[in-house]
Amino acid sequence: MSATPAKNTRAKKSVKTELKRRFDMWLLQHAQALVFSLGQYAKHPINNLLTTAVIGISLALPTSFYLLLDNVRLVSSGWDGSLQVTLFLQNDVSDDDAFTIAKQLQTNQKIDDATVIKRADALAEYQTLSGFADALDALDENPLPAVIIVHPTLDSADEKDIAALITELEKLPEVDNAQYDSQWINRLLYLLDIVNRVIIILSTLLALAVLLIVGNTIRLAIFNRRAEIEITKLFGGTDSFIQRPFLYSGLWYGIFGSLIAWLLITVSMQMLRGPVKQMANLYASDFELIGLGIGNSLMMLGIGVTLGLIGSWISVKRHLRAIEPV
Amino acid sequence: MIRFTNVNMAYPGGNEALKNINLDIAQGAMVYITGRSGAGKSTLLRLIALIDRHTRGQIIVNGQNLERVRNRRIPLFRRHIGFMFQDHRLLFDRTVFDNVALPLVIAGYRHQEIKKRVHAALDKVSLLTKMNSYPMALSGGEQQRVGVARAVVHRPALLLADEPTGNLDPALSWDTMKLFEQFNQVGVTVLIASHDLDMIKRMQKRIITLKNGRLLSNSTSSQEDSE
Repeated sequence: MSATPAKNTRAKKSVKTELKRRFDMWLLQHAQALVFSLGQYAKHPINNLLTTAVIGISLALPTSFYLLLDNVRLVSSGWDGSLQVTLFLQNDVSDDDAFTIAKQLQTNQKIDDATVIKRADALAEYQTLSGFADALDALDENPLPAVIIVHPTLDSADEKDIAALITELEKLPEVDNAQYDSQWINRLLYLLDIVNRVIIILSTLLALAVLLIVGNTIRLAIFNRRAEIEITKLFGGTDSFIQRPFLYSGLWYGIFGSLIAWLLITVSMQMLRGPVKQMANLYASDFELIGLGIGNSLMMLGIGVTLGLIGSWISVKRHLRAIEPV
Repeated sequence: MIRFTNVNMAYPGGNEALKNINLDIAQGAMVYITGRSGAGKSTLLRLIALIDRHTRGQIIVNGQNLERVRNRRIPLFRRHIGFMFQDHRLLFDRTVFDNVALPLVIAGYRHQEIKKRVHAALDKVSLLTKMNSYPMALSGGEQQRVGVARAVVHRPALLLADEPTGNLDPALSWDTMKLFEQFNQVGVTVLIASHDLDMIKRMQKRIITLKNGRLLSNSTSSQEDSE
């Protein structure tokens, strides 16, 4: 009886060492499969590079659309808060009268702020931005009216209230025309929503394409290495041992595909950066294109790796079982 | 080591490859299976390796009733067996070393151990100098010896060889058989299917003769001579 506890601890110890031995073996075999699959990749560099390039482009397309959408959102988000109504005054209203009207408007609860653009300022701005400077110089007098820009306290979503405010403002005798500038921004936002949906559909299709590409490539690899698989099964290779290098091939396709996608996007963004900055300067904006960033890059890598693994897994499950030693 | 009791094997489609086989092969024996093509030699080996499953009767290999070996346990079961083939089935995109190392890699040996054992196996078949060659660069006889090294590198309890000398000239065949005999002498049970009767008789080992799926005779070659 007294020997039992000692025996027990020894048994426990041997179980522990056995577990450790198995874990070491498992780790070793995974490392072998990882290196082996990389070696297989390097063995047919042209073929694999072509496959990887297709995967890379399939990943780069939706990602760059998203990036573009992000950039457009960034631009429009600057406008979204600045809901404004532009009041074009009658041509015979002087700048001084305009200032009085603006002051009166500011007492209105629905109006946060009202600023006047003087007739001369409006002309100067129009001359620099429109490119009609010479034509305007030829005119005897300033054809532009004074303008009051009104920032309502309302939210852009309350379209009814805004419409009511506009009719109220249009009734003022000095006002010729009131324009609600944010309407087209709302339309743009809806348009962006549609574009967003289109991108989701496109991404799904391209993700499916990546799955098919990886799956088909792995399928061909399995059939090319049929003899090896048969021999491995004969010498006692388990299914998981045999499928491991193929799964890791999928992993490599995902990693290298994402890398190519990242390169494509980064180079394209670099090419666009200059012209976009020039255009932003024209609109007196310091807007700059945002690139992929670390977070988005990692997400793309994650998606690429996941698709590669799933694609190879499906292929392995479908085709490996069919090969039995003969 | 191997015991067949009333074993029948019918392939799908009704082709009966083996009929009512009773057989007992002791541990450490070296046995030849002979007969014409289609007599059931290969089928017998395939049943022992669980490549196919028999349809009736009982087979016990290395103390294990094969009916009880579930499909997912087959890989572990096969690790006690070494295989040799007529067309040697080496992997041509791997070096001789990697070919021979395959059974050890499958079993999860460490690199140093693999190196040691592969060297020993290649030394045994006198191919240590060709370790880094590719099988394509070797002669037919050398390729066959690589196959032998691969079959024994993991020190199996049982060696199954299906027409291992089918493509070799008589001298090389004889050398290969002598090599098998050496492994047999260190305790490996060896089972060789071959139709090369002349050579088999010269080896003075037990011979099992199959004809149309039936066991015809089950004797040592000396007994057969006296018949």
